[in-house]
Amino acid sequence: MTNIAQQAGEVRKADGIVLRFAGDSGDGMQLTGDRFTSASALFGNDLATLPEFPAEIRAPAGTLAGVSSFQVHISDHDITTPGDAPTVLVAMNPAALKSDLPLLQPGGTVIVNSDAFNERNLAKAGYESDPLTDGTLDGYTVVTAPMTDLTKRACQDLGVKPRDAERSKNFFALGLVSWLYSRPVEPTVDWIDGKFAGRDTVIAANKAAFAAGHAFGETAELGASRLMVAPAALDPGTYTNINGNTALSWGLIAASQLAGIPLFLGSYPITPASDILHELARHKNFGVRTLQAEDEIAAVGAALGAAYGGHIGVTTTSGPGMALKAETVGLAVSLELPLVVIDIQRGGPSTGLPTKTEAADLLMAMYGRHGEAPLPIVSAQSPSDCFFAAIEAVRIAVEHRTPVILLSDGYLANSSEPWRIPDVEQLGSISIEFASRPNHVDADGEAVFWPFRRDERLVRPWAIPGTPDLMHRIGGIEKEDGSGNISYEPDNHQAMVRLRAERIALIAHHIPPVEVIGDPDADVAVVGWGSTWGAITGARRRLEAAGHRLAHIHLRHLNPLPANLGELLASFERVVVPEMNMGQLCRMLRAEYLVDAKSVTKVSGQPFTAAELAEAFYREIETVGAAR
Amino acid sequence: MTDVPVTTRKDWATDQEVRWCPGCGDYSILTAMQLLMPEMGVRREDTVFVSGIGCAARFPYYMNTYGLHAIHGRSPAVATGLAMARGDLHVWVVGGDGDMMSIGGNHLIHALRRNVNLNILLFNNQIYGLTKGQYSPTSERGKVTKSTPHGSVEQPFNAVSLALGAEASFVARTHDMDRGHMQEMFRRAHDHPGAAFVEVYQNCNVFNDGAFAAITKRDARDSMLIDLKHGEPVRFGADGELGVVIEDGRARVVAVAEVGVDALVVHDETDPDPSVAYSLSRLANTNDVPTPVGVFRAVDRSEYGSAVTSQIAASQAKAGPGDLHKLLHSRPTWQVA
Repeated sequence: MTNIAQQAGEVRKADGIVLRFAGDSGDGMQLTGDRFTSASALFGNDLATLPEFPAEIRAPAGTLAGVSSFQVHISDHDITTPGDAPTVLVAMNPAALKSDLPLLQPGGTVIVNSDAFNERNLAKAGYESDPLTDGTLDGYTVVTAPMTDLTKRACQDLGVKPRDAERSKNFFALGLVSWLYSRPVEPTVDWIDGKFAGRDTVIAANKAAFAAGHAFGETAELGASRLMVAPAALDPGTYTNINGNTALSWGLIAASQLAGIPLFLGSYPITPASDILHELARHKNFGVRTLQAEDEIAAVGAALGAAYGGHIGVTTTSGPGMALKAETVGLAVSLELPLVVIDIQRGGPSTGLPTKTEAADLLMAMYGRHGEAPLPIVSAQSPSDCFFAAIEAVRIAVEHRTPVILLSDGYLANSSEPWRIPDVEQLGSISIEFASRPNHVDADGEAVFWPFRRDERLVRPWAIPGTPDLMHRIGGIEKEDGSGNISYEPDNHQAMVRLRAERIALIAHHIPPVEVIGDPDADVAVVGWGSTWGAITGARRRLEAAGHRLAHIHLRHLNPLPANLGELLASFERVVVPEMNMGQLCRMLRAEYLVDAKSVTKVSGQPFTAAELAEAFYREIETVGAAR
Repeated sequence: MTDVPVTTRKDWATDQEVRWCPGCGDYSILTAMQLLMPEMGVRREDTVFVSGIGCAARFPYYMNTYGLHAIHGRSPAVATGLAMARGDLHVWVVGGDGDMMSIGGNHLIHALRRNVNLNILLFNNQIYGLTKGQYSPTSERGKVTKSTPHGSVEQPFNAVSLALGAEASFVARTHDMDRGHMQEMFRRAHDHPGAAFVEVYQNCNVFNDGAFAAITKRDARDSMLIDLKHGEPVRFGADGELGVVIEDGRARVVAVAEVGVDALVVHDETDPDPSVAYSLSRLANTNDVPTPVGVFRAVDRSEYGSAVTSQIAASQAKAGPGDLHKLLHSRPTWQVA
């Protein structure tokens, strides 16, 4: 294969490219994108990815509904989004071209598998004429390769059946783009060896297809289309490429290690949360117990039961599952037991858009229980940040004996980025204290245990079964403060409702104050939460590059809100709140602080692009400027 | 077990006022349990009662052990998590027919199927008590209640049949009029590794009084209760004059004099095939015919929590205990200088 280092001199440099692989669900586009990403990560680029796939496992082949795409942004500098628009589109069939060409940047590069552009496939995609010849692609740089045929030919002497050989055509595409964009080949070759170990013909076919794609670039004289994206100057350290669900799983394991008590996950399979169950089920040597429960309710119930027994009880789900778990979360509020409920948000309501992202469960997390049932809410802002968000959720849950909802979303779950691996010694600690002795003296002078006797943070003791002398009964029925005995007394209930609210509000003193990113003296402050961090950051950098000032406040904690937030918001002329919902945080801020916050919303199943937000923020900056 | 302190009933009772209706069958079940516990060789702190919602679900408040009064129907799920996390505990689950077979039916069957180490007591009074008298999933057809003023048109569950169908490894039935029998069944449930299901016929004297009187009142028991005894022919009646045969896979009550003792089915609670146990459970689908009580099934099967723990131990033996640094570096990494 070609030595990239030798050729690098001939290749034009780019500060970044946004590549989108699109094909049929069965074409292996997620895998192809993932391999390109891994090779780029090992090469040292900064990157961000956006996998997009249909909810159906195999929608009818060749149709628009069956198109599966993977977008990856590679860069020679620090980036935070998978890119506004692809600069390169790899289309494995007409449907992929039809579906994703509108996303491509004007003048971008289209790489197509010309073998797939037959009459039947064109018709399935709804093309009346061949877009490769009818002028559809005028203005784009077009690279056509008969990928299916060349793959079959590359495999013909390997004893691979032509039909099986055809399945390797995604490696041809990968080989071609690896050549075009000067990716190292070794990681992919090594990966093929490892992934298909024991299946020699598959290894041979995939390697042959990969090599053929690579060679095609050279022999077809595509040199003019070549681009080189240099490694990014990231902070020194050891990096790995990680997606949100993996980071979140590892964060839970880390939290269990920091706390020194075992992790218990109760979960029911649901997109896009299932990968957390899969990942945690692999790590039994950390003492992790996973239960694939009979339903969402059992999953959270078992997690609560494990928490009662002294484990870190966690349940993972997405929106529909959150609705089902609500009653048990209310029980956890009443029991004042630690529980971590993780919601990987997706488009709703109901089944909605299972594989697309949205962040519209904030108000459900805040208020989606009967009665006055406040609980802390934590959110993750980037794929790798899911690691730290998980630790924070566990910390609050166990230290404050409360259910905590952790909000991630479908975009963070599947998107990946390089992560500077933290030093495990620097992760801090989580303090666990199980009650061990009676904490009250009754009227007869006898030492007794009161399960609802609170400390100065209004936190009750965590007394786990097996502890002598602390036997007690707790339940969802209202309890007398202190003794924990059943109580229907009006004054007691009033007091308990207030105590439950107060103790959650007090957590604001145990979380860091929020900090302003960007210019704290700007007129306009953007308040974000969750995965919008990347697009907001991208937008802020563009505006700053154009000489504008913008403040960015990103909320890790959504309940209670940071103690300094109200004062901070009051110091800006204008507050803008971009959200992947219809304005839920915006309502909360307006209600909490009487601030005239403006909402910017998007609920298309797609994350914000930096370009969209830069434009929205610019309008606000202009409006404030004009009013002055 | 020698180091377990000697206790009496008093030690196992709480100071809480028992709030069941006077005359409720739950009192006799509670008494049976409180009297039995000192004999079981277990510590109070290692014992947990978990319940859902309903009259029966108040049970934990009256046992001086750890107790968790959860929400309607979910007690088998909550207890599953507890038992998985804490294999050292004795976890009892208590609930009524509405709690465990209606709203919580799914959790019940899956706890039984998984064989989680739980002792599940179903107090079956064939009525909703705490919500004041609606029909339940075990109420008989034609039952007139507030919510079925023209009579129920639903087929009831046979709890024992359901448990057997749910792959339960231990299934028994007892009733609230016989403390000794209840205690024997509770003890057997406690001794069984895995999920043990005990149906307790329980009288609700307010909303369904006398539901089981035809079979459980003292002078009816001989002829109406078929006491299953492992390894013995299934026979009953004051002089053992009645018995049960299995014909074409079905259980049938016969006069012993007509068929001879050798024709009777010999009860084998350890039979891996639950078919005969199921046939026996079908003898009585109403409360006015001879009804089997005792242990229908008690088979050895891998207990869920310990199976999970074994996988953890095997994984640790193979990969070593979890190393967080190693985990975080377990995927391809690269250095930035």
